[in-house]
Amino acid sequence: MASVLFRGIQTRPFLLYPSALLSRKNGVLFCTTKCSQSQTATQENQQTQMKVSPRTHTKKVEKILHDYEAIIGIETHVQLDTLTKAFCSCAYLYGSQPNTNVCPICMGLPGTLPVLNSKVIEFAVKVGLALNCNLSMNSKFDRKQYFYPDLPKGYQISQFDIPIATGGFIELDLPTEYGGGHRKFGITRVHMEEDAGKLLHSGNGSYSQVDLNRAGVPLLEIVSEPDIRSGLEAAEYAAEIQRLVRYLGVSNGNMQEGSLRCDVNVSVRPIGQLEYGTKVEIKNMNSFSAMNRAIDFEISRQVDLYSKGEDNQIIQETRLWEEGAQRTVTMRKKEGLADYRYFPEPDLPEVVLSEEYVDNIRASLLELPEVKRRRYERMGLSMQDVLFLTNDMNVADFFDATIERGAEVKMAANWIMSDIAAYLNNEKLSINEIKLTPQELAELISSIKGGTISGKIGKEILFELISNGGTVKALIEEKDLVQIVDPAEIEKMVDKVLIENPKQLQQYRGGKTKLQGFFAGQVMKLSKGKANPGLLNKILLEKLNAKG
Amino acid sequence: MLSSVQNPRLFFVRCRFQFHLPSKSRHFHGSVAVRTSETVMEPQTHASSTTPPSSEILTIRKSLLSHQKKAVDIAEEYLNRLRQTEPQIQSFLHVSENALRDAQAIDQKIERNEELGPLAGVLVGVKDNICTVDMPSTGGSRILEDYRPAFDATAVKKLRECGAIIVGKTNLDEFGMGSTTESSGFQVTANPWDVSRVPGGSSGGSAAAVSARQCVVSLGSDTGGSVRQPASFCGVVGMKPTYGRVSRFGLMAYASSLDVIGCFGSSVVDTAILLHAISGHDILDATSSKRVVPDFSSQLTSMELFESKPLRGLRVGVIRETLGDGVDMGVISSIKAAASHLEELGSTVIEVSLPSFSLGLPAYYILASSESSSNLSRYDGVRYGNQVASDELNSLYGDSRANGFGPEVKMRILMGTYALSAGYYDAYYKRAQQVRTLVQKSFKTALDENDILISPAAPSVAYKIGEKKNDPLAMYAGDIMTVNVNLAGLPALVLPCGFVEGGVAGLPVGLQMIGAAFDEEKLLKVGHIFEQTLQGCRFLPPLVADSLS
Ligand SMILES: [Zn+2]
Repeated sequence: MASVLFRGIQTRPFLLYPSALLSRKNGVLFCTTKCSQSQTATQENQQTQMKVSPRTHTKKVEKILHDYEAIIGIETHVQLDTLTKAFCSCAYLYGSQPNTNVCPICMGLPGTLPVLNSKVIEFAVKVGLALNCNLSMNSKFDRKQYFYPDLPKGYQISQFDIPIATGGFIELDLPTEYGGGHRKFGITRVHMEEDAGKLLHSGNGSYSQVDLNRAGVPLLEIVSEPDIRSGLEAAEYAAEIQRLVRYLGVSNGNMQEGSLRCDVNVSVRPIGQLEYGTKVEIKNMNSFSAMNRAIDFEISRQVDLYSKGEDNQIIQETRLWEEGAQRTVTMRKKEGLADYRYFPEPDLPEVVLSEEYVDNIRASLLELPEVKRRRYERMGLSMQDVLFLTNDMNVADFFDATIERGAEVKMAANWIMSDIAAYLNNEKLSINEIKLTPQELAELISSIKGGTISGKIGKEILFELISNGGTVKALIEEKDLVQIVDPAEIEKMVDKVLIENPKQLQQYRGGKTKLQGFFAGQVMKLSKGKANPGLLNKILLEKLNAKG
Repeated sequence: MLSSVQNPRLFFVRCRFQFHLPSKSRHFHGSVAVRTSETVMEPQTHASSTTPPSSEILTIRKSLLSHQKKAVDIAEEYLNRLRQTEPQIQSFLHVSENALRDAQAIDQKIERNEELGPLAGVLVGVKDNICTVDMPSTGGSRILEDYRPAFDATAVKKLRECGAIIVGKTNLDEFGMGSTTESSGFQVTANPWDVSRVPGGSSGGSAAAVSARQCVVSLGSDTGGSVRQPASFCGVVGMKPTYGRVSRFGLMAYASSLDVIGCFGSSVVDTAILLHAISGHDILDATSSKRVVPDFSSQLTSMELFESKPLRGLRVGVIRETLGDGVDMGVISSIKAAASHLEELGSTVIEVSLPSFSLGLPAYYILASSESSSNLSRYDGVRYGNQVASDELNSLYGDSRANGFGPEVKMRILMGTYALSAGYYDAYYKRAQQVRTLVQKSFKTALDENDILISPAAPSVAYKIGEKKNDPLAMYAGDIMTVNVNLAGLPALVLPCGFVEGGVAGLPVGLQMIGAAFDEEKLLKVGHIFEQTLQGCRFLPPLVADSLS
């Protein structure tokens, strides 16, 4: 592990003992892998080895929820992809050596002051508008005070009573394989704040080191209304937030890197009961499927206690999701409310937005996922196709560009979702990284539709285009791939094959009609794959069955 | 007569009244002034010469440019005095080893005929809560003992760019919390006028250093009067600029919404030149103002050019609430005499009332303590400063802070933490903010009707070391004259205006002039005319008077 380096001041690796670690207010993320793939919550589910299949798992929860209702609210922290940190000019690069993305300001050295990066406001306004919120034209920053070694100033610059955006909502469609359905969840508030550093724990747990690279990185905290009712809905909510921030270009939304972190509050109550049950906070879920499973586990646990009459055992606490054991465990019990002694940040002026500023940002917003989904639906695509295509904005843009260039909608969707997607998946590439252009995909589709080439040849050309580029026209010409649609020419080839294979012809006519495939194959081979399959089969059958 | 209150100003005003009344259009001339004071003030050491204070900075510049003196000689002169007086005064926590080398560099520049910055060869003392990259910066606190910043404060950076020589770091009440400099974690500074007395605080080191001519000018910081009150106690000029005029970057925060870096000088001109050098917007301080900075000293003409009524048309308001109970009689007399002097110079003086004045003190202590409880959270022993090793995180925090902070700082952190706690916030912090708004409004009204407001800088002159150490409330009450100005964010200039009996040669009294936001130029202009026409007072402490005269 890299040692802690502080520029310009005394270097002193700082020791922390494990007993101290549990007094932390934010969750500790245990990140190991890097993943740049974008996935929907359920697509991710399908790829994850699970102890319970998603369907039976959901069934179990559905049964539980016949008598009980789960109330779920989510606090999402989104790390903003600004060039520099929120209040200093340090860049933040995930995975850098500890304490190399730091300066006196984000280290909280005496005498330093924060100066707000205006991009943070711009991104917050974008997200506020995209979440249909009311924007506070006059907001401010506040200090949230607590002691922890990863918090260099002893307070976090955040927003308390006047968040930049409030009272919005988000809409999403549940995946069809889970029964589908459209959902609308309320957004309580969106506020700006700074991230804290990270503690690096030693192998044997005897000490910890402080890495301040992440300290001062801008965050948006998005708080949902308690409108969510299941692990699936929660995972889809988080996935939609991820999609949204990626569409807006404000964050990479990567859960494994901690760019998107969700703290979930779960309570249950018997159907019909008005007051909420005791709420439990769950942390440490670093994938959507983990969220789904952690929440469903927690719901079952709480319902179990209810049904045994032990609902007094449900206490206000923070529980950690243990991926290995597939369960939540107590992290710390909440004893009264923490007093963060918020007060207005005197080092920063108020945040004042003008109508013009907001209007300009509103005008700059591109089509958001929900609007896109509704548009694709109107184009006649199935919800499954809609969800696939809109999941990644680049894929959607590619699709849109392809149909803009005249490709038939369903065919364009199919090509993108099958062969292209499979290629991207195998090669771990994004759709922007391949040489195929929407123009050529459209060309390819119309060449197939117009009968210039067969679907089979189309596929060959596609892979050529993806890896080497070029145009459909040039490839067809260069490789002489134009489909043979002249019946006389095909008839000639059929005749040739029949003559060259008298033995098989005799067998066919003796009743072994399976051999039709053999003849078709031979003719296709002779045409170098260019014969129109329909015409070929039609003429072949006529000739085979002709009493000669 | 006035033997109990040895106030030469009073003498002078009385005398001059008869003297001047007949000839209204007469110009002030040095010769006249000398004659006047000689007749009245002969026995007083501080009045032995009546030449009005002249700019040390301009004198240095003149000697350098005319090759009369070398920068090294000038630096040595001050350093020698520093070494001689420091055992008694103890105004410095650290003296630079580079001062002579910096002076040599100036001399080389002169030899090469290179252009000199406006502060070339000027020795500047810097309060130790202002970061300097080449010297320790402790904020007067044991928790930052030997701490060396990675950067210069913007004000220091600007001084260096102007050619100034940073001579050392001056003593202060820990993190600026105190009014006597006795709360320093390291040493107690003495008042050069009477070493048994406090120099005031929290910028006591900076004020004492200028007073004892250990340096030419100095930087302090003013959160509730920390430049103005020690200026008054030590008989030097102290300027608290408008909030936002000078960048706070590099100033260790005490109460961020009140803190400003201020200036000390032995004359108004020097203070103006210093202020000009450090003022202006800074991208590293979001609360620094983008307003254009006027050349404060260019308006300060020499005495020969004054008209007989140079302040004609100036409306001066005397704050009634500052001359009542709890204010020493000698101080009141001096301020009244100063008011008469301003009147003599042509201004109209009226009494104004600031009804919210007395509310300012409690509001100030709530807001300042609240902000300090937050600002001092970073001193946790984790990243820098003194750490008390421990097996457990909470005791590491607790022990490091218990060991590093002094009692005054601990008290204010506790008060501030309490005031910001859930359930108390509305009753304390929020109400104090409301008072702050009231104070701002009443100043606004008063300054709409008057060009400047005047008051004492402190209710008393310098008191004995230890006198108020165990009575924090009495010490806090001493800030009554100054805290309101910080709450309103206004500029204020303090300049010596008279003496009260005490010590071997009397103890100086400071006059506070308060202006509208960003109106430093007017304050300095009025202050300069006041200072140059004030007769019979020489604010050079006896400790150094002999060596200088
Ligand atoms: Zn930084």
